[in-house]
Amino acid sequence: MSDTADRVRKIVVEHLGVEEDKVTENASFIDDLGADSLDTVELVMAFEEEFGIEIPDDAAETIQTFGDAVKFISEAQ
Amino acid sequence: MRRVVVTGLGMVTPLASGVEETWSRLLAGQSGAGTIKRFDASGLGTNYACEVPLGDGSDGTFDADRWMEPKEQRKVDDFILYGMAAAVQAVEDSGWKPESAQDFERTGVMIGSGIGGLQSIAETAVLIKERGPRRVSPFFIPGALINLVSGQVSIRYGFKGPNHAVVTACSTGAHAIGDAARLIQWGDADVMVAGGAESPISEIGIAGFNACKALSTKRGDDPQAASRPWDKDRDGFVMGEGAGVVVLEEYEHAVARGAKIYAEVIGYGLSGDAHHITAPPPDHEGAERAMRAAVARAGVDVAEIGYINAHGTSTMADTIELGAVERLLGKAAGGATMSSTKSATGHLLGAAGAIEAIFSILAIRDNVAPPTLNLDDLDADTVMDLAPHKKVERDIDVVLSNSFGFGGTNAALIMRRVTG
Repeated sequence: MSDTADRVRKIVVEHLGVEEDKVTENASFIDDLGADSLDTVELVMAFEEEFGIEIPDDAAETIQTFGDAVKFISEAQ
Repeated sequence: MRRVVVTGLGMVTPLASGVEETWSRLLAGQSGAGTIKRFDASGLGTNYACEVPLGDGSDGTFDADRWMEPKEQRKVDDFILYGMAAAVQAVEDSGWKPESAQDFERTGVMIGSGIGGLQSIAETAVLIKERGPRRVSPFFIPGALINLVSGQVSIRYGFKGPNHAVVTACSTGAHAIGDAARLIQWGDADVMVAGGAESPISEIGIAGFNACKALSTKRGDDPQAASRPWDKDRDGFVMGEGAGVVVLEEYEHAVARGAKIYAEVIGYGLSGDAHHITAPPPDHEGAERAMRAAVARAGVDVAEIGYINAHGTSTMADTIELGAVERLLGKAAGGATMSSTKSATGHLLGAAGAIEAIFSILAIRDNVAPPTLNLDDLDADTVMDLAPHKKVERDIDVVLSNSFGFGGTNAALIMRRVTG
């Protein structure tokens, strides 16, 4: 779990250019971390790449926060 | 008709990032050519080009982080990055800081490109082939579209006036400046950020131009001798990259805010060859008509033209252009100095006309014509001074800058010193 969280956090920091400590459980990619809708598409692609999973579009829409992403990925693995 | 002046300059070239850094190297006779460093070009027909010098920003090197945040750089092709850098330089140089809503709405952007995100398109095509369409980045399209330089610059500064982009191959930069000046003349805007950007130095770019026999191929052992306009041993152009951007402004608007005025855009002429997709006609009467249209619009006597920045790509067309210019100038041909700065920068395609307009403006400012490098053995009989090897110091008040492109598209710009 913590390994997954660390890997997700690294991707978020890299793609959105934010400080690591801003990427908290409830941090919203769009509202708190400065992402736009295209950034979130790219983030989901990066998660798919990193974890070797497929995230369908309807599921991707439910991933709004860092915590959502970690939860979804942990369950999908 | 409203008058249009140039109040800001910016450029990224193979000689340097920055206008003064590029200009001093150009006058010193330096060349931006070398063996391609960015990728292994050994399997291509040409393995040399004029690449923008990358570095930490010192000594004229290009530091991308200075112009765009790293996370934003990933989302755009290099031509957008170069265009943004040149635009930021030009806007800062102009000192133009819109304040009112109307100021922002009266400031527009027209930065074009000949090809746009060629490398991004090539990489994405390979990605789809190897890994499928789901791996395509959401930033691929907005990072490759030609008008996204204008879009990005408008977003950065909040410029809400006309937002446009020119695509006329190697005459893009000149057409952008001419067209943007007309928007100001017609009252669509008071300030326009205009120019061209290009990043064609990639496998697909080199291979493509090699295939149409446009590039120099035989100087792998001495790339700096490859771009040699009007020389008998020329064998094609040397690919360049970068961007040139100017801030154009309505004259009274510039005067009212006490702006520094480099020159006035007084003439602009356009024409089509209707001849061949890549070659000019033997007499290049299309180029001559574009120049004559610019002269007529400018209302100057051709004898007033002190410096001509030739299109001069180091191809067979150089001497054809020379003939057209001689016919334009007539008896005044012996009194003007003409050079091809592509001998030093290589050919920046859609950015060429913009950086060359800037060189022409600086020729007025400093009363000096930059040199034509490598012109050892002139492939023509002419009375014109082509500034071989060394800059020519002389009085220059009026300049002509020529740009011609594939498809038979021609543009000529005339600019003049503003006094008093």
